[in-house]
Amino acid sequence: MKELEIEALVDNLDAVLGFVDAQLEEIGCPPKIQMQIDLAVEEIFVNIANYAYQPETGNAVLRVETDAERQTVTITFIDRGVPYDPLAREDPDITQSAEERQIGGLGVFLVKQTMDDVRYVYRDGMNILTVCKSVAAREGQD
Amino acid sequence: MTINQKKNGSLLTLAIEGRIDTKTAPELEKALEGALDGITELVFDFAEVSYISSAGLRVLLKAQKQMNKQGEMRILHANEDVTEIFEVTGFNEILTIE
Repeated sequence: MKELEIEALVDNLDAVLGFVDAQLEEIGCPPKIQMQIDLAVEEIFVNIANYAYQPETGNAVLRVETDAERQTVTITFIDRGVPYDPLAREDPDITQSAEERQIGGLGVFLVKQTMDDVRYVYRDGMNILTVCKSVAAREGQD
Repeated sequence: MTINQKKNGSLLTLAIEGRIDTKTAPELEKALEGALDGITELVFDFAEVSYISSAGLRVLLKAQKQMNKQGEMRILHANEDVTEIFEVTGFNEILTIE
């Protein structure tokens, strides 16, 4: 398990992705799955940066656990900002027309669509969001 | 991300290279602001786009809403991964992806 504690600022997104990607590369994660994980990490980290501590700033902790045998990656995001369960938000209606579609609300939806498992818990003053993804190369994915 | 912009009468083509993410999407939004006056055909060439997140989708949705009032908008050459993002968000139904 590797951990990164970093100020939750959009400007730190590249550093966060660099930290995650380094570990994905170590276990030979297929590029397509790496892109999906990067996407989930971006959406979650940016949400923390934009909302958790407003108008102040604060830190976010990322824990990356890779399981080479089971070919899974588990990433935990922790912040001490306002309690916020992103999974409680209603999914956007993706059958609406462009005119009806709202700008926004897509980030968490993308996380739910691309990760195998997403869990949220508020504990001891911390928002803890965990995503899990299989990194096993499957047919048609590389 | 780099944006190569080409205007030909009422046709505006934006060939984009790189990642359209939280950090770069505002640049694309800015490039579109004011550039759509008198445009009836807006084309995004996505051949060199490697990644798009919700921040990029928001900019595309905003552009689509604008173009619905004044003409048409098309997205060309999106790669498989980007196309999948359009599909899981239902954007393939509201954008014209060729």
